[in-house]
Formats: sequence, structure tokens, C-alpha cells
Amino acid sequence: MRAVLAGLFCLSAATICVAGETPQRIVAAGSGLTEIVHALGAGDRLVGVDSTSLFPTRASVLPQIGYLRALSAEGILSLRPNLMLATEDAGPPAVLEQLRSAGLAVLRAREGFEPEAVAARIAMVGSATGKESEAAALQVTFLSDIARVQHAIPAAGPKPRVLFLLAAGSAVPMVSGRDTGASAMIVAAGGINAVDAYRGYKPLTPEAFATAAPDFVLTTEQSLAALGGREALLALPAFAVLARSGRVQVLSYDSVYLLGFGPRTAHALRDLAAAIHPASPIPTLPHRPWLEAGF
Amino acid sequence: MRRFAPLVAAALLALALVGALALGPVRLPVGDVIGALGQLAGLPVAAEPQAVAVVGALRMPRAILAALAGAVLGLAGALTQGLFRNPLADPGVLGIAGGASLGAVSAIFFGFAALSVWALPATGFIGGLAAALLVSRIARSDGRTPVATLLLAGIAVNALAMSLTGIVVYASDDRQLRDISLWLMGSVGGATAIRIWILVPFAALLLVGLPFFARGLDALMLGEREAVHLGVGIETLKAGVIGCVALAVGAVVSCVGPIGFVGLVVPHIARMFLGPGHRLLLPVSTLAGAALLVAADTFARLVVAPAELPVGLVTAAIGAPFFAAMVARSKRRLAI
Repeated sequence: MRAVLAGLFCLSAATICVAGETPQRIVAAGSGLTEIVHALGAGDRLVGVDSTSLFPTRASVLPQIGYLRALSAEGILSLRPNLMLATEDAGPPAVLEQLRSAGLAVLRAREGFEPEAVAARIAMVGSATGKESEAAALQVTFLSDIARVQHAIPAAGPKPRVLFLLAAGSAVPMVSGRDTGASAMIVAAGGINAVDAYRGYKPLTPEAFATAAPDFVLTTEQSLAALGGREALLALPAFAVLARSGRVQVLSYDSVYLLGFGPRTAHALRDLAAAIHPASPIPTLPHRPWLEAGF
Repeated sequence: MRRFAPLVAAALLALALVGALALGPVRLPVGDVIGALGQLAGLPVAAEPQAVAVVGALRMPRAILAALAGAVLGLAGALTQGLFRNPLADPGVLGIAGGASLGAVSAIFFGFAALSVWALPATGFIGGLAAALLVSRIARSDGRTPVATLLLAGIAVNALAMSLTGIVVYASDDRQLRDISLWLMGSVGGATAIRIWILVPFAALLLVGLPFFARGLDALMLGEREAVHLGVGIETLKAGVIGCVALAVGAVVSCVGPIGFVGLVVPHIARMFLGPGHRLLLPVSTLAGAALLVAADTFARLVVAPAELPVGLVTAAIGAPFFAAMVARSKRRLAI
């Protein structure tokens, strides 16, 4: 067994030497990482992405290594990569171990929904791909965009209560509690996550929904599509409880845009902040090249 | 035909193993695969290092794990159906898969699974064994274990295990939830030497007991009383079958997840060709179960490459239509 693994290692070491210092064939598992690679100008070196990497368009047509929690060692090796970028929740662990034993450099990005964590991932991808200066520039732009949004969020006055709904298929929609990407976005945009009694996601119950008393219901385009549109969402029993007050407003964004935690997060945060603070002017951010689907 | 059945099943297994070693997302010429196998076997042959690495570290462990798991599931299914004298029985009726799932899901929920490579197999195994013990404990009265009671006890314990699993699933956060649902689909993707060595002694246990089980189950087909008259220690037989099946299936489920279909349908297919005699049915179910799971895993690795499907979905997806076609073709012969 050990000799065989040594063989796998020699094989990959050889490909790395041939390729030179900077890895030329990169696999990314995690939509935010895929977007960062593109924003740094290394998108043409990607040879495979996971099924969450739907943006930009040319990433979504690359070979798919599958769902990022159910990766396949031989499938990934068949793309002959010399670098794999993976989020912390990529797995299963045994497969990542097999890939490491095969000599593939697997870099795990530190998790985190704060802007600083996104910036740290930009730096990590930059140094892994030999795009250090591009990464430094992207970090500065990204953090200054974030700062402009946060500066404009009103400090005083009541904060709007926002409830995030996630629907997949026919099951009951799930509500996000604490320690989720959605909750982090709501808080960063100057809102209150209307449900903070638990961590992670739980199925929606009408009474809990009424108790949460949200001013806004935030969801994703994909969830709306799964439910059968905005009308179907408003027809859920949970909404009937609130219908009399008639003030709850539904906001929806593309899921990878809202929850990808890549370079587009500054703009997603701006859009969300502007939507939940209609009375305060939140400045429009300059257009950035990495917002383009055709980038 | 019947006499050659074990040879046919062995040939199918050999074919499936050759396919598993030769095929995969990494394209290797047949010559390189043969060279790699030679070198792995210690022969002084030159081999492509890439082929040696892919075959030796990735494909071979998977093929061996799939073969062991499939063999145990096929044999355990045939044994359970023989014991219950019911072709709808599978190892699930003893509560093993339900108990093992509860153990494994709890390990993921409480975070044990991340602590050690042994944690998930161990908790799954303990869960499966505990469920099987509970089933036979509930069913036993006056030193006897009537199979009808055993079946009902199995249903009760399975329902309990499922509801407890549901509670754990409900309490899980979304990441654990995704891990749990993937585990419940079954996969041999995490094939490591550890998981293979876990399975070896349990598979051996079933195989060693095979001649004893075959004689006893053949006698049992006539009825419990008749079997006793034929000199079969009926309670020893039951305890032996239940004990060995619980241990072996518990080990399999804890290593690869609850892979359905193999244990239920492989013995059926074997019975269509062989009739009900266990002397042939048991070894053929073993070999055919191994062949089916190895072939299904190769399919799972290839069909959406470079991604892969959970093999539990494949066994059902390729096996069920095949089985339905067989049933439709041989309705008359099927009177089991």
C-alpha cells in the first residue's frame, strides 16, 4: 500500500515539475473559490469545478466533479490537476485523504462569512496560483466596497427583522437560524435575523413564523423556482398568518450571488442593505469586471 | 444448468472485477493495467507508475470492499429468506440496517465521526448489533424463538430505530444533514485498508458457517417440526444464522452505508435459476451479490465522471428494472 501511494506521489510530483512553479491545472470545490480564481484572472487554468460553481458562465461548463460533499478521488485525478482548492466543508474526508496521498496539493480555505474571511480566501487563492499582486488589488477593492456599504447603513433607528427561507424541492422550506451564511448577510446589511433560537436550518412552522414577525422575507431565486414562484411562496400557510398585517415583503436573489461569499459579496451586501433600508440612501457600488456572467 | 451455476456466478464476479480494475474516469490502456497488476503482485515486470498508482491505491481497494460487502449482503439475504421461509425477508427485517443507521447518524450528529476513522464503523456496528440483540430478546420465549414473533419484533425495532434516526436528523444542522443523507445512500468511495480489514473476519464468519446453514435451512423448508425430526438443532440454527447475519451485515452497513436491493433481490434471481435448495443457493447468492455490487460501483464511478453516484442508488436503478423483467418473464416458474 505504501509503495503504491509513493507511486501516486511521484506521478503528481512529476506533473507539477513539468508545469513549473505555478499550478496550471486547478480544480475548485466551492462557488466562492471558483469566482475568486476567475476574478484573479486565472479562470483559464480551471479544469474542473464542483456543482455549486455556477458563476461565471464559463466555469459552469467545465467538467463537474460533483457535489462538494460527495467528491470522487479517481474522477478528480482523471482531470490531471496539480492543485485543488476546496472549502472547509468539501469532502468526504476519506476522498480528500486519498487525493493528498496521490500527491495532489489540496488547499482548504478557512471558512467564515465575514468580509475579512472572504479577503483571506482571496489572498490564499492568490498565493496558490501565483497571482499575489492581483489578489492584493482585489482585496483592497473588495474591502473598500464593503466599507462604503457599511458606512451608509443607518446606525440609529430600529433595525428591520429579516427571515431567510431556503426551499429545495418539495419539502417544507427551511428557515435559517444563527451561524449561517444567510444570517451573516442579514446582520452585515444592518438587519436582525428574525430567528436566532437555533443554529443552522430548521423546517418552517407557521406559528414560529408569526412569532418571528419579520419585516422582510429573504429567499433565493432557486428557492422560489423550487416552490413554484412568488405566489406559491405567499400562499404557504405560514404567510397566511401574517397576511392580515400585509406588510411583509419578499426579497429574492440568486443563491450563489447572495451566499457565495466570493468577490461579488460586496455588491450582494449593497443590494440587500438598500432593499431593507428603503428610507436610507445606500450608494451604488462601481461596476466590477467579476460581476459579469461572461467574465 | 444448475450444476454450473456456481461457475457462472464466479465467472460473472471475475468479469465484474476485471471491469472494475480496467475501467474508471482515468483512462488506462489494458496493457498498463495488466502490468500494474503484475507489479502489485510482486512480479518483476515493468509498469506505468500512473497505472500502478490508480489501480493499486484507488480501484483495487474499492473493488475489494465492494466485493466483500456485496458477498455478505447476498449471502445474508439468502440466509434470512431461508430462515423466515419468506422470499420478502431481507437482513433489514432483523433491524440491523435500521440500528446501524441510527448508530452512524448519531456519530455524525455528535461529531464522533470526525474524531477517528474507526468511529463511524464502530458506532454503526454497535447500533446494528444492539438492534439485532433487542429483536431476538423481544422474540424469545421459553428458550424458543418463533420466526413469526421474530419478524414482528424486527418490524417494531426497525420502526423505533427509524423514528430515533428521524429525531437525530431533525436536530442536525444543515451540514450534518447533508452528510447524513449522503451516508444513507451508501457508497464504497471511502475504500481504505481499514474498512476492508474490518469486513474480512465477518465475511469469513458467514462463509465458515455456510455448510452448516445450508443443511439446516434445507431441513427447515419442510417445517420446524419436521426439521427437528431430521435431527436439526433448530434453535441453534436460528441463533447461528441471526448472530452471524447480524454481525456481518452490521459490519457491512457500518462501512459502506445501507445499500439496499442486493440482499433482497440477488437470492431471488439465484432461486429462479436454481430452485430452493440452499446447498447451491447460498454460494451462488454470495458470488452474485459480490458481482452485482462490484459492477454497480464501476457504473457509479463512470456514469457521471468526473463526479460519481452513490452506489446504493445504482444498485436499485440498474437492479430493479432487471429484476422486474425477470419476474415478468418467469411468472410461472416463480411459484416460490
